[in-house]
Amino acid sequence: MGKSDIKLIGSWASAFTTRVRIAFNIKNVEYEHLEEVLGKKSDLLLQSNPVHKKFPVLLHDGKPLPESLIIVQYIDEVWSSGPSILPADPLDRALERFWAAYVDEKFFPSLKLVRVTQGEQLAAAVEAVGKSFEVMDGAFHQCSKGNAFFGGERVGYLDIAFGCTLAWLRALEKIVGVKLFDEVKHPALAKWMDSFCSDPAVEGLIPETDRFIEFLKLLPGAPPRH
Amino acid sequence: MAEVKLFRTWSSPFALRIVWALEVKGIEYEMIYEDLSNKSSMLLQYNPVYKKVPVLLHKGKPISESFVILEYIEETWKSKTPSLLPEDPYQRAMARFWAKFGDDKISPLIWEAFIKQGKDQEEALVAAHENLKYLEVELRGKKFLGGDAVGFADLAFGWLANLVSVFEEVTGVTLIDHEKFPLLLTWMQNFMDAPKIRDTWPPRDKLITKFRDLRETLMAKEPK
Repeated sequence: MGKSDIKLIGSWASAFTTRVRIAFNIKNVEYEHLEEVLGKKSDLLLQSNPVHKKFPVLLHDGKPLPESLIIVQYIDEVWSSGPSILPADPLDRALERFWAAYVDEKFFPSLKLVRVTQGEQLAAAVEAVGKSFEVMDGAFHQCSKGNAFFGGERVGYLDIAFGCTLAWLRALEKIVGVKLFDEVKHPALAKWMDSFCSDPAVEGLIPETDRFIEFLKLLPGAPPRH
Repeated sequence: MAEVKLFRTWSSPFALRIVWALEVKGIEYEMIYEDLSNKSSMLLQYNPVYKKVPVLLHKGKPISESFVILEYIEETWKSKTPSLLPEDPYQRAMARFWAKFGDDKISPLIWEAFIKQGKDQEEALVAAHENLKYLEVELRGKKFLGGDAVGFADLAFGWLANLVSVFEEVTGVTLIDHEKFPLLLTWMQNFMDAPKIRDTWPPRDKLITKFRDLRETLMAKEPK
């Protein structure tokens, strides 16, 4: 099966796209990356995901599939001979799915709120992120069982889901000049962040902080920062 | 002591998804009804993050979030037919996609149409219909979203089958009409009447009262 049978519509700046790219790296699968231009959705994207008009969208043998975590599970199921992304045990799988959903429903939105708030609202947003990290710290201890990753000894589904938000975290800390993550309070998570970003499957895919800060400046809604 | 317990409320559509999955697969379970205004210490212990139903307890281990629970049921009781998800990975992924679409788009828009009035309600309905179009297309040539039998996506949308008519009665407005959505309405009836599912619906009169009261309360809060 050639590289051209597998296309990924996405963007270097998109945490959701990065999730899929890491999954392909884990499975050692080649694919063609189709980069979307900010502010101008391609015809292919609109055709492939008419429901949401968002990326990432995987095109596998022409069949479109959107939604990053659904794509990651699909990759795990199709390339089943490669290293597993989700664990084998149903309860462990349920835990990772539960926490990945928490990342998307609670953690990531609370992080993104920091970008568009100031004053009292920013303070509240920062506090919410702090609380979210406490929750994720608990999740890490629950899932990792003493290992380096949420998935155990290797990067897995939840590592991918959560880890791809790190570019936002680092950029926002610089932009607002406030610490959002306390590595003294959460040493295990701090270590995990390093392990995740330096993992061979992830290396080079998490946007470099200053480049991402420039990208975030292009997005609407942010108050002026001094 | 039952190996499988389900924490639910009498009306939660999310918990109903799990009731349906367990019933359809013939898995024995014990129902524990919660009063959300007075949550049990068990619920708070088993779902500390969200403090909501449904929670499935299997051999003492809790699992929360309805779609997570459905996947867990499917994977744990592999030999119990029918399967809720197809074998083919792309079909499985699409079932998950439609289920998520339901909760991300359809549910909030139908809810908007329910709690608003006048122009706001009209606009919410237009948006709801725009999105329901996709479901109507997806149902072509199929009895259920899962094919011949009820599947993951059907369980996700099942709430439409009874709540839409409750909302319509309370608001006096047709939310899903026969002209635009003949397949969807047929699906709703088929799901309503499906074996194992038809006996699980909460009492209609109780639902009417609940949603009538809820709508009045919410409308009273709206700025004039």
